[in-house]
Amino acid sequence: MARPFIDKVVTANDLREGDVVYLTETNNWTRHLSEAEVLQDEATAKARLAAGSGDVLKIIGVYLADVTAAETGPEPRHFREEFRRTGPSNYFHGKQQRAENV
Amino acid sequence: MYKYTQFDTDFVRQRNAQFRTQIERRLNGSLTEDEFKPLRLMNGLYLQLHAYMLRVAIPYGSLNGGQMRQLAMIAERWDKGYGHFTTRQNIQFNWPKLPDVADILDALGDVEMHAIQTSGNTIRNVTADHFAGAAADELEDPRAYAELIRQWSTDHPEFQFLPRKFKIALCGSPRDRAVTRAHDIGLRMVKRQGLVGFEVIVGGGLGRTPMIGKVIREFIPPAELLPYLEAIVSVWNLLGRRDNKYKARIKITVHEHGIDKIRALVEARFALLRDSFQGNDQRLLEQIKTGFAPPAFKTRPLKAFDQHYGSNRVFRDWVDTNTHPHRNEAYAIVSISLKTPGKTPGDASAEQMRVMADIGERYGHDELRVSHEQNLILPHVHKSDLGAVHKALQGAGLATANIGLISDIIACPGMDYCALATARSIPIAQERQRGEKKIKTSERKRLDLQLFSSVSTESMTFSPFDQSTTPSPSPSSTF
Repeated sequence: MARPFIDKVVTANDLREGDVVYLTETNNWTRHLSEAEVLQDEATAKARLAAGSGDVLKIIGVYLADVTAAETGPEPRHFREEFRRTGPSNYFHGKQQRAENV
Repeated sequence: MYKYTQFDTDFVRQRNAQFRTQIERRLNGSLTEDEFKPLRLMNGLYLQLHAYMLRVAIPYGSLNGGQMRQLAMIAERWDKGYGHFTTRQNIQFNWPKLPDVADILDALGDVEMHAIQTSGNTIRNVTADHFAGAAADELEDPRAYAELIRQWSTDHPEFQFLPRKFKIALCGSPRDRAVTRAHDIGLRMVKRQGLVGFEVIVGGGLGRTPMIGKVIREFIPPAELLPYLEAIVSVWNLLGRRDNKYKARIKITVHEHGIDKIRALVEARFALLRDSFQGNDQRLLEQIKTGFAPPAFKTRPLKAFDQHYGSNRVFRDWVDTNTHPHRNEAYAIVSISLKTPGKTPGDASAEQMRVMADIGERYGHDELRVSHEQNLILPHVHKSDLGAVHKALQGAGLATANIGLISDIIACPGMDYCALATARSIPIAQERQRGEKKIKTSERKRLDLQLFSSVSTESMTFSPFDQSTTPSPSPSSTF
């Protein structure tokens, strides 16, 4: 029996700055996970991953990350993705410096 | 310290110019990421979780005040105001932006530094005893040999696409302060019939498959060192597995084939390579050695130091814990702890780097070292200057007296930064450091004495923690 599909977002890093970014419904890259497009089936996820992967002048290391839909937007399912969303724990750097990004 | 020759300067400049154009071609789309990735890795540039990371080589951990100050400038101008000193005696900047990297590399080149082969499947930065040239128990300064190996391995045409990364460490003392048995090759200096040479250890390593290295040669004279190393690496280059990166390190090759077979293959290869250097390596070694002459040691009275040591408990604790015996009895080796409780192990702010640069220049014959334990070392400090050094370190939050204690913990960046990590390590280290504060000082001293005594009886003499039970004639002559 096929496994049930887990919602996903397309994520990558910004080519110039290295920041974590997410693909939106309007084909833009956002630093806010809450603005990411949530992909709810396999075919759409593959298509959106392919679309995101073509943006080679803007992003690097594109892949699909599992999320859970919540009222405030998608929530990471893996702690690695939670760390990517929030930044390092030891300094108020990266994402924490811009609270609106979290 | 080793001074760049014109060849070195030109090589680094040309390499930086080459990488600058490669970055430009990546940014304008002429290079794909698949094409660019091996090029950036060869120049020390990773992509981590939140940003790029640039790993800068500090050969065998040695640097001077000017170089440290340049690292501080880079941290402030292009990063977030700090750097992370690593177990390979390097420094990492965690937040550089790709368009800035070429300028950062040029700034490094201005002070005879670079980031070449700090990543990729190559021979990485050669590490050595951080007390080299200063330790009381040293047979010979290993840094000249480390520099020879660095020059041999840099851009070595046969070893740019090895099965996996390759790490070499050297120690010149009977007491191993370079963790030689946990390296792909460990070189432990030994003396045989009056001649200094190296015991060669192969196949050690840490990571997901920790292995203790095995002795492949009990003694190799300096004149045959490079051909023997070349023989080992070339044998592994052919035999090492490329089908699985987790099985590719030489520790797995040695484990799977056995040390006897590896030794036989290496000896056969060595027989072919033995005369191929034609003495050029030895002529180069002699030139290199001139750069590692000891500094002009000062001669001064020690009375003021003895009085300060006797009257100031905070200073005495720091001296007892953070200094080590120097070959010159009027001097001490100072370890600056980068393990302040609650802080990230190995990190230093730009301001702290400048303070250490100033202290190194003023009191340390302009020499600093990075230890594999992620601390900074002042290898040559006259004991009469220890009070001033301690005071300056206190002012910069760098006077934590915990070298060799539980809170002197080594921690990789872990999943706070590293894309390859499986867990966070920094919060665990911070928790451990805070935990040690709960141990009473008297208990800590007893614990430390036990630890020292289990490691080396030699250290007992140098750690007069409990004056009531371990009387010492004079502090200036006991550490």
